[in-house]
Amino acid sequence: MTTIREIEIHARNMRENIVRMLVAAGSGHPAGALGLADIYAALFFDVLHYDRDNPESPDRDILVISNGHTVPVFYAALAEIGAIPESELLTLRKFGSRLQGHPERKSLPWIETTSGPLGCGLSQVAGMAYALKYWKVSGANLTSARLSKDGERVSEKTRDDGLDERRGSNGSARGLQRFVYCMVGDGELDEGNNWEALMFAAKNRLGNLIAVIDRNHIQIDGDTEDVMPLEPLDDKFRAFGWQVIQIDGNNPESFIDACAMARAETDCPTAILAYTVPGKGVSFMENDYTWHGKTPNPEQAQKALNELEAEKL
Amino acid sequence: MTYKLDEKILSGEPNQDSTRAGFGRGLVTAARNDENVVGLCADLTESVQMHKFAEEFPERFVEIGIAEQNLVTVASGMAHVGKIPFAASYAAFNPGRNWEQIRTTIALNDVPVKIIGSHAGLNVGPDGATHQMLEDIALMRVLPNMVVIAPGDAVEAEKVAVACARDSRPNYIRLTREKSPTFSASDAPFEIGRAYILREGSDVAICATGTMTAQALIAAAELEKQGISAEIIHVPTIKPLDETTILKSARKTGKVITVEEHQIAGGFGSAIAELLSERYHDVIPSTVEESVQSTKDSSSSLCSAQNDKFLLHRIGINDQFGQSGTAEELLKHYGLTAENIVSTAIELVQNRSN
Repeated sequence: MTTIREIEIHARNMRENIVRMLVAAGSGHPAGALGLADIYAALFFDVLHYDRDNPESPDRDILVISNGHTVPVFYAALAEIGAIPESELLTLRKFGSRLQGHPERKSLPWIETTSGPLGCGLSQVAGMAYALKYWKVSGANLTSARLSKDGERVSEKTRDDGLDERRGSNGSARGLQRFVYCMVGDGELDEGNNWEALMFAAKNRLGNLIAVIDRNHIQIDGDTEDVMPLEPLDDKFRAFGWQVIQIDGNNPESFIDACAMARAETDCPTAILAYTVPGKGVSFMENDYTWHGKTPNPEQAQKALNELEAEKL
Repeated sequence: MTYKLDEKILSGEPNQDSTRAGFGRGLVTAARNDENVVGLCADLTESVQMHKFAEEFPERFVEIGIAEQNLVTVASGMAHVGKIPFAASYAAFNPGRNWEQIRTTIALNDVPVKIIGSHAGLNVGPDGATHQMLEDIALMRVLPNMVVIAPGDAVEAEKVAVACARDSRPNYIRLTREKSPTFSASDAPFEIGRAYILREGSDVAICATGTMTAQALIAAAELEKQGISAEIIHVPTIKPLDETTILKSARKTGKVITVEEHQIAGGFGSAIAELLSERYHDVIPSTVEESVQSTKDSSSSLCSAQNDKFLLHRIGINDQFGQSGTAEELLKHYGLTAENIVSTAIELVQNRSN
C-alpha cells in the first residue's frame, strides 16, 4: 500500500513533469493541472481500481476528465505509474503525439472519453453510471449487473469500511463494484448541461457516480464569483439531490477519505468539493488566474522547477 | 436486380404511413435482436414513436426530460460501456440544440449512438418555422464518422432502424411526422450506403432523399406521359453517398435534379453538386460487379461519361424558413411536389436540347 507521504512525493514529481511538458509544448493550462496533482496522485496510487498493464480491463473504475484542459496532470500521472514513458510527456500537443491537447479517446487507450468542450463530462459519466448500475455491460461480471428490472439492488456487497478498502495501483484488491469518477472544473459549472446531468443522476440514484469539483475559484476571465457566481455551491448540489463532501483538495489523505465516504453512499451521487490552490507548488502561479491558460517561458519554468525541487528536500 | 416497388404507389391511392411510425416498429425489432439496444427520449416518447419499445422493454427505456444536450451525452456515456443507444427527439433540437455535444462526445469519440431527429422538414405544418427543421442534414453530414440517413418511407424506416442497430458507427436518422406514400415493397433492399434505381430512364436523373422519393416517382409517371424518360434514384443514405450509382445515372442523362425537404445549401443537393463537380469526368467502374472484375481487366469494363457536360437543378428550400400551414399547403408553396419536379424536369430537358 502506498503511504500518504509517498503519494505526496508522486504529486511533486508530477508537478515537475507538468511544468516540463507545458514549457516544451509552448501552450496549455498550468494552473488547474498543478492544483490537481495531489488528487491525481491519490487517485492513481490509492483510489482507482485499474490494471496498469491493461487500460481496458473490464472491471476497472472509470475516470472521465470533464475539465479536459487539465489533461497534462492526467498524462503526468500515467507516466508516474509507468503506464506511458516519461519521455513521451514532452510530445504533449505536438503533431503525431498520443498526448493530444485535450483528451482524445482514440488517441490513447487510457482516455475513457473525448472531452474538453466544457460541461458535458458529467452527463457522459451519468450515462456510464446508469448503464453500470442498471444493466449488464459487456465483458464483465459485475454486482451492478445483478439487479432486478426496476433497478433495485438485489444484493450488494458494500465495504464495511471504505478506508480499509484502499486499493493499490496494481489493482490487487478487487472491488466488486465499478465506480465512475468525473473530474469537473468549477468554472465549467456555468454550463447548463451540467445541471441537466445533476438532475438525471439524482433521479436515478447513481450512487456509483463520484464527481470531483476542482474548486479553485479561477476561470479564464477571472474569479468564478466575478465571472458568474457559483456560491452557495454546496447548497446547490444538495438541492439537486447530491451528497456533498467538502475537503482541502491539496490534501491527498482528505481526498482518499472523501472517496471512501462517497463509495459508501449507494443511493445518491456524491460531489466532492475539493478546494484546491491553482498553480499549487509554484509561488508565482498560485492563486493567479492569469496562469489558467498560459505557459511559463524557459526562465519561469526553471524557477518553478527549482521551487518544486526545493520542496522535495 | 430490379428494386421492388409497392404496387400501389402509382395507383393514385398509395398506402400512407409516417417514417417515424416505421422507425418505431423497427426499433422494437432491433431491441429483440440485441439486448444492448437501449432507448432514450426527451419527453416526446410517443411523438417519436418510441412508446412501443418502452412498453416492451421498460427496463431499457430511459426518460431524460426536456434536456437534449443531456440526451445525447448520457447516450454517449452508455455507448462507452457497450450499449447501442437510440437517442430520440425532434430534429429541431436533436441535432439542432445539441450539435456540439454530438460532435465532441459522439462523432469525435466515434461511439455507436443513433441520433433520431423526428419531425424533420416542413411537414410538421401548423407548429411553424421553429419546429420545421430544414438544416439538420447540413449539420450532420459535415461530421466525420457520422452516417446520415433519411428513410424514404415507413417500410424503409423500419429496415433503417434494424440496420443502424447493427452498425458500429454514429448514425443520424432523419424522420418525418406526417404520413407519406409508401413506395418500397416489404422485401425491397436497404443497405447503409447504397442508393437504389427505382426506375430507369434516359432523359433526366432525379435523385431524391427521404419522403421526396415518392414525389419523384409520381413525377416520373407524369413525365413519361409527356414523353420524357426520367431515371429515379432513391438516396436514403446521404453520407456516405453511393457515388458510383449516382455518377452513373448522371452521366447517362447529363441532367440531374435533386429533391429534398431541406435547405438546398449544405444539404443533399449540395452533396450531389459536390460529387458531380469533382468527379463527373472520373473514369469509374460502371457497376459494383464490374468494379470487382475491373481489378482483373481494367480495359474492358470501365465506362466514361456518355455526356461530356451536365446540368444540375436542386429542388429544396432556398435560404428561407418555413411558416405555419398544413403540410400539403407548405410543400406546395415551397415547391416540394411531384408537379414542381415535373415542370423542373421539362425545363431542364428543354434547356439541354436548345
